Parts: sequence; C-alpha cells; structure tokens
Amino acid sequence: MVRFLARRLLLTIPVLIGVATLVFSLIHLVPGDPVQAMLGESASPQDVAQLRAKLGLDRPLLQQYASFAAGVLHGDLGTSLRTNQPVTGVILERMPATLELAVAAMLVAMLIAIPLGIIAAVRKGTAIDHGATTLALVGISMPTFWLGPLLAIVFSVWLGWFPVSGRGTFANLVLPAVTLGAPLSAMLARMTRASVLEELRELYVTAARARGVSEARAVLAHAFRNSLIPIVTVIGLQFGSVLTGAVITETIFAWPGVGRLLVQSISARDYPAVQGCILLIAVTYVSMNLLIDVLYGVLDPRIRYE
Amino acid sequence: MLRVGAALVGVALLAALVGPVVTPWDPASQELALRLAAPSLAHPFGLDELGRDILARVLAGARISFLVGLTVVTVSATVGTMLGAIAGYAGGRVDDVISRVIDILLAFPGLLLAIALVAVLGPSLVNVLFALTIIGWVGYARLVRGQVLRAREFEYVQAARALGASMTRILLKHIIPTAIPAVIVQGTLGMAGAIIGEASLSFLGLGVQPPTPSWGTMLNGGRAHILDAPHLTIFPGLAIALLVLGLNFLGDGLRDRIDPRSESGR
Repeated sequence: MVRFLARRLLLTIPVLIGVATLVFSLIHLVPGDPVQAMLGESASPQDVAQLRAKLGLDRPLLQQYASFAAGVLHGDLGTSLRTNQPVTGVILERMPATLELAVAAMLVAMLIAIPLGIIAAVRKGTAIDHGATTLALVGISMPTFWLGPLLAIVFSVWLGWFPVSGRGTFANLVLPAVTLGAPLSAMLARMTRASVLEELRELYVTAARARGVSEARAVLAHAFRNSLIPIVTVIGLQFGSVLTGAVITETIFAWPGVGRLLVQSISARDYPAVQGCILLIAVTYVSMNLLIDVLYGVLDPRIRYE
Repeated sequence: MLRVGAALVGVALLAALVGPVVTPWDPASQELALRLAAPSLAHPFGLDELGRDILARVLAGARISFLVGLTVVTVSATVGTMLGAIAGYAGGRVDDVISRVIDILLAFPGLLLAIALVAVLGPSLVNVLFALTIIGWVGYARLVRGQVLRAREFEYVQAARALGASMTRILLKHIIPTAIPAVIVQGTLGMAGAIIGEASLSFLGLGVQPPTPSWGTMLNGGRAHILDAPHLTIFPGLAIALLVLGLNFLGDGLRDRIDPRSESGR
C-alpha cells in the first residue's frame, strides 16, 4: 500500500510542475506587450516600465520562472492589479462561496441521479427506463448557461420563489446549485444505471433472490451497494467539471466565488489574478483526482497491483 | 436513438445551410422602434435589444456552430489520431513525451484551459477554434494510443513488420483504420462538446464578438433582459440544446451500433 501511495504521489509531481509551467507561460502568450495590454494604450511609458518591473517581466525568462515557482510554493501568487491586494488572499476570500456551491450542486446531482439510475436499471427496457435514459441525455445536452437563465425566468420572475442573484440565504443557493448540478446528475444517472445493471446480472444477486430476499433488499442492499465504487469515483472525477461549470453559474447568478472572480479578472486584464484562479482550480482538480485514485486503491486492493 | 439524433442534426444542418438564404430578415438589420418586441407572426422568435430578428440570427448562428464543431473536430481528430498512433506504436521516449503532454493537458478541466487561452490571446473566433482544438486533440490521442497498443500485437501487423513495411505504412494501412470507428463516435460527441465550448466562451464574452450572431453571444445579450424579454434567452438556448441533444443521440447510437456491449442507451 505504501509503495502504491508513493508511486501515485510521484506520478502527480511532474503533472503539477507541468500545470504550473503552463499557467506561468499564459502571460507570455498575450499578443504584443502584456503590460501595455493590462494598462491600456493610453498608459505612459513610465507606468508601463513601473508595472513591468513590479511584475518582474523585465528579468530573464528563467529568473521569472524561478521566482514564480518559489512564489507558488510559498502560496504567493502576486498582487491583483484590480484590487491591489495579494491574489492568494482574494482567492481564499472567494473560495468558501465556490465550495458551498460545488458541494450543494453535487448533493442535488446525487439526490436526482441515484434514485433515477436505480429505477432505470431495475425497470430495464420499460417505458420508465426509456424515459429516464432520455431525460439523462436531455440533461447532459442542456447547457448551464441556458438552464440557469431558464430557471431564473420560471422560479424567480414568474413564480417569485427564489432570488435571481446574490448569496447569503438558503433560497439564494437553490437555483445556482440546481443549475450546476443538473448536467452532473444526468451523467451520474447514466453511470448508476449501467453500474447497477451490471451488478444485477451477478450470481450473488440471483442467490440472494433465491434465498427469498425481498426485491428491494436484493437491489439496494446487494446490487446497489456493490455498484457504489464506480459511482463514487465518477462523482469525484466530475469535481473538475463542477469547478469549471461554477465559472458560468457564478456569472449567471452573481455568486461571489472564484469563478466570478476569474471572469471579472479577465475583463479587467488582471493577469496575475487570472493565473492565480486557473492555477488554484487546476491544482484542486489534480488533487481531487489523486484522492479518488488513492481511495480507489484502498477500497479495491486489485488496483494497487496493476 | 440513432435516427432521432440524425434527424435533429439533419434539420439543424439544413437550417444552417438554407435558413439564412430563405429568411426575409437580415440578421444584422435593426428596427430600433420595435426593440425587444415579443414573438409575433411577422417575427416568430421576436426581436432582440437592437431590434434584430432573433429567428434570422438563430439561423445565422447555426452556421457559426457548425463551423466551430466541424473545424475543431476535424483538426483535433487528425492531430490526436496521428500523435496517439505515433505514441502507441513507437513507444519509449516518444510515447513518454506525448503521454506527459496529454497528462498535463488533462490536468485542466477542459473548458478552463480554453477560457485561460482565450483570456490571454483575446476574444475572437480564430482564438476560440485554436483553444478548443488544443483541449480537443488530447481525447483522440489517448483513445487511439490505447487502440494502437492493442493492435500492434496483432499477427497481421507483425507479419507486415516482418515483410519490411515502414512504420508510416503499418500505421496508415493496418493500425489506424482499426481505430476509425471509435474516432467517429468520439468525433460526434466531440462536436457537441465543441459547440457547447464555443457557446460557453461567447456567453462569457470571450468568444465570437458582436455583431456576428453566435448562439452564446445572443444568450449573453439576453442576460440583461431576463425580466422584460425572456424570448432573447429562450430561442438561442433551445437551438443549442436541440443540436447538442441530436449530436449526443447520434454519438450514443453510433457507439451502440459499433460496440453492442457498450449498453449506453438501452
């Protein structure tokens, strides 16, 4: 187990270095002079030179990279040009809002998807199954930037049940969480259906039925329980798409999280903040994948020896 | 499922090709006096914030979506298939380098990298195509690499090698054709992803720029009028959802047809 953990951790290091390098190189991909782009065409040469020195862009590339890497390792992602505050602090301030939204979205997804997937598997080939499968595909196809405004039109404008934007109360959370959770629930329902269906074909389920166990118990306590590992894996692996989806959902509902910060920073050409947000989301995604891999190894010993 | 998907995509393609020619409205012409007008017989989808016909703009936007979907899928599939085949067949250092690049790109949630690239390169259709291709090729490369790793051990491939066939010939004539069906399925689903990707970037103001009609840009414009003119949001979104649903149905149907064990649908 220790060897498996060490190998998995070692494999993550080059990926993290690659991610940091890619994020570092972003500012150098700006066409023309990135400092001029940040300050605008009317900026004086003195202001441009001052900001270039402040960002360290007047130093050789290798030196810039070394100081970026050292900063990242110390949790220093530079200073936001828009707010003049440390980027790390600004991001940490917004992080709880994004995590709250992401967790709520995942809960919504599980509440919808798992019962739907189980019912579709148990009633395979019936109208219920066809309906659930089609609904799941519709859910996957419905873009969040359309679903969000539609929910706002129906539940905020027409029915007046939930506020259309902001954060603070439970009512504020409902529409963003449903918007962000819906595509995930569609994917999860398909996965749950396929996974439960596979387990239902196993002999131990037939044996349980032969022993006179009730149908509900055969499905829930035997088949569903054993299908949980791939389902939990998918939930974990989808965390990245939830974080990306949060960029759009937070923009729609003016939710004060990291996603909205990213979009605001892009509009303001605040590249240090853009780099910080991208790095944080990518590192969270990689860490989550690592955690799921390790958990999978713990839950299923066969994985460790592959 | 395959037929429903093909029908939806066929109708959308027809609308993109013929729609802008037969519609009496120019997608750019403005009737400011009638701005935000609700759907009527004269304007079935209503008018937008500048008094432009939304139906004409949805039809014109379909062309952008197909342009993005087809370009991104064609370039990504070609580059990804080639690199995946080379990595899988050559092995060793070449495989290591290509696989590490794939790992790093996969470490980013797809759309996030596209957002990052367009954020620094600047908002434009060309940059959107570039960003979506950069995130797109990886999936094909990984898929084809896996297929090639399997196929290179087949007896007919070993026979071709023993007869002195070059690597290029073995890849093009014997190995890559075995991966084509899987690439077609991935391409159909990838087209849906590229269309959603473009619309997402345009919705965030990072994609196709006004006045060019793109479904994402139209939805972005509709955000300010959710309370007083919801039709600005409903129709472009419905167009995206139907086309993407059609492509997903088509991709799933093709997968079931090619690999009956996949059990994705029924």
